Amino acid sequence: MEHRHLDPLVTRSRRLAGAGAVVRRRLLVAVPVLLATSIGMFALGAASPIDPAKQYAGAAAFTTSEENLAQIRANWGVDDPLPVQYLRWIGNLVQGDLGWSTSRHEPVASVLAARAGWTLLLIGVALALVLAGSLLLGSLAAYRRGGLFDRALRTAAYAVQSMPVFWLGLAAIAVFALALGWLPAGGLTDVAATGTSWSDVAWHLILPVGVLAVSQAPWFVLFVRDAVAESLRDDHVLAARARGLPGRIVLFGHALRTALLPFLTLVGTHLPELVGGAVLVETVFSLPGLGAVTVAAALGSDFPLLAAITLVTTAVVLAANLATDLAYAAADPRVRLDD
Amino acid sequence: MRPILRRLVASTAATGALVLAGCSAPSTPDGSSGGTTLVVATSDEPDALNPVLNYGVDGASLIFDGLVARAADNRLVAGLATDLPLLSADGRTVTAKLRDGVQFHDGTVLSAQDVVFTYQAVLDPKVDSTLRSDLDMVESVTAPDPATVVFRLRYPYAPFLQRLTLGIVPAKLLSGQDINTAGFNRKPVGTGPYRVDSWTPGDRLVLTANERYFGGRPANDRLVVAFVADDNVRAQRMRAGEFDAAELPPKLASVFDTDTAYQVQRVPTADYRGVMLPSGNPVLADPAVRRALNLAVDRSAMVSGILGGAGEPAFGPIPPTSEFAEPSIIGKPTADTAAAGALLDAAGWTPGPGGVRVKDGRTARFTLMYPASDTLRKDLALAVTADAKKIGIEVTPAGLTWDAIDPRMKSDALLMGYGTPYDPDFVSYKLFGSRFAGQGYFNPGSYRSEVVDRALQDGRDQYDPARRKAAYARFQQQLATDVPWLFLTYLRHTYVLKASVQGVTPRVEAHEHGVANSIWWNIDTWTRS
Repeated sequence: MEHRHLDPLVTRSRRLAGAGAVVRRRLLVAVPVLLATSIGMFALGAASPIDPAKQYAGAAAFTTSEENLAQIRANWGVDDPLPVQYLRWIGNLVQGDLGWSTSRHEPVASVLAARAGWTLLLIGVALALVLAGSLLLGSLAAYRRGGLFDRALRTAAYAVQSMPVFWLGLAAIAVFALALGWLPAGGLTDVAATGTSWSDVAWHLILPVGVLAVSQAPWFVLFVRDAVAESLRDDHVLAARARGLPGRIVLFGHALRTALLPFLTLVGTHLPELVGGAVLVETVFSLPGLGAVTVAAALGSDFPLLAAITLVTTAVVLAANLATDLAYAAADPRVRLDD
Repeated sequence: MRPILRRLVASTAATGALVLAGCSAPSTPDGSSGGTTLVVATSDEPDALNPVLNYGVDGASLIFDGLVARAADNRLVAGLATDLPLLSADGRTVTAKLRDGVQFHDGTVLSAQDVVFTYQAVLDPKVDSTLRSDLDMVESVTAPDPATVVFRLRYPYAPFLQRLTLGIVPAKLLSGQDINTAGFNRKPVGTGPYRVDSWTPGDRLVLTANERYFGGRPANDRLVVAFVADDNVRAQRMRAGEFDAAELPPKLASVFDTDTAYQVQRVPTADYRGVMLPSGNPVLADPAVRRALNLAVDRSAMVSGILGGAGEPAFGPIPPTSEFAEPSIIGKPTADTAAAGALLDAAGWTPGPGGVRVKDGRTARFTLMYPASDTLRKDLALAVTADAKKIGIEVTPAGLTWDAIDPRMKSDALLMGYGTPYDPDFVSYKLFGSRFAGQGYFNPGSYRSEVVDRALQDGRDQYDPARRKAAYARFQQQLATDVPWLFLTYLRHTYVLKASVQGVTPRVEAHEHGVANSIWWNIDTWTRS
């Protein structure tokens, strides 16, 4: 317990001393990981029997001649050997050109620019809500273990855990949009609005963000509850209690802090599932995020768009893992980054 | 504990207040300047708004106009042309005269050069247009003067005028550009009743009235097309009052039937569903099996059960609403199991073990494929399976993706859907012509009939309406004899509209329907009471 009495600023800076080196090392690893991911992307795409030109034609494929479709494939270069396609893609990428999305018929960069922001906003706000909510509720439940609040919270968590996100979304629309009429049922803005004002968007995001947060919360809530309950029995917490410190300081200052460390890891590993949930929520609330467009890209063998989305997602996950590790180091004196 | 709780409650309330404050300006509907805004919801979003790339080519693109347009009964009427274009005596030259003073949304005046540019763009191999093979017959397009366009055809093609519904794009904005990647595809300029205000991909398309529209200024100021892919979500949002009109599947639409605040439209179509029976399958190659199946399927049960009444029995590829429909091919809408059984008996298919018929050691069984994601086709496939079982034919339904279906179409049956009300030549020529046997989706079952080939060729060669009608009558009769397809039903496309919407004029729809060819084909004349 000695280090707890050191000046927090000094210890924190000492703990993060190796951070620069770690970031550099992680970046060195990230490049081959991203390369491997993109190669895997193209290889999987090449193994798929889907003809992008037929997908592009849609119902017109029934009246469009084979020559017509072959010409379109030739224009796109999708019949070229895989290494040629990959090298062309990488070459353009280095020059800042993400390529042409065959399923959306616009540059990949504009697809991402138009949509990634909404998905990140949805995930970001929902994650913040989940973290704050689960830390608060989980700690409180742990403090009065076995009490009414604890039991109600756990029952609710198990119940929500068993509900598919899709169902939860439709139920939320039925209750809050149709029955009560409090919130809009979907869309990014009021459907007849003349522009995209922030207040309008925020108003429309309440339900989707809420649904995403609620659907992801059980894991976190139960984890915090168990971890805090566990650490409430730790020596230093018991000691703090014995010293007569007020309950909230013991709970949030001592017990929760100990429980926080493994929680950070959980956040990092849970991120992909949050992304998956966001895709479904976007569908239910008809939000123009990356969700629907990713599915369309996969169905249409739209390699450039799929590769770009995969790369962005991989990069986000790598960055999140790095951030988790740094946060871990900052929070736990026993972890040293430079080893 | 007490202080903690109090603090918690306080901070939660504060957060809640902040959230609410941030959004305290709840959407004020009708942000427009006093005029009417109509909101419609569709499931499919176009990937480009350029007619050259196959946007709204059936004459209701809302943003563009073709040389000709379609009236409520789908008959051709003059569009950008002053009259229906004229045909030369040899049937290979078509001349169109343009209306005077038609302006594009940006104020430039429409000229024959724009028409020439549009058609040449479709024919240009460098352009990713899926329309090119529809215009195979065009040898050249020229503009002898700014108000005249002349099409020269490689061969006489009777339904050619039907192809002239293609929207005309301004040459000035597109020439010298790569049409596949032009910004025009997202922010197009046309001559139509609406101009594009904004397009948020994945969300909505906002159109505003074209004050200078040659057909008269639209009755409403703005039109919003919301893209909502999920059927249930679209129904919920319709129920929440967000849309004036939405396309919904029959079962979801029927919920609105009893509500006086809404009107439900069930629009007749040429959109058929049928089973393609490949001649490469040893069991299905026997005409007796195909004819027996044709007698055994209970079409009226499919219409009332699976389609919820939103459809008609189908007996051929030309819809009953078409002037080319042949009444003699229409059979009994209910199943005639006795006749079907007698037919199989006579052909030597005798009941074997388990009630499944056998002939020359071959069991009467085949696989029926359907695209797994399409619940309607799945339901129809299961109905066919049940009906076939009653006459001793064993069908194995198989839900697959199109990529798994494609290589098997030559030997396994497939639940298909297609159809167009505009001209029988458009779909049937390739679907049933021997020349296209085994070519992709054209004639996947490799059906071959000299009678049908000749009839289809006559139908496209001859301009005389009576002769065309006779040719397509022969075509339909021969199909009914050979049964290369088991036609099941024509669908009705269902739409839910607010009861206050007026001026809705449904017309017979094609298989494809979306932003540009649905019940809102004449939305520029709709009003709200």
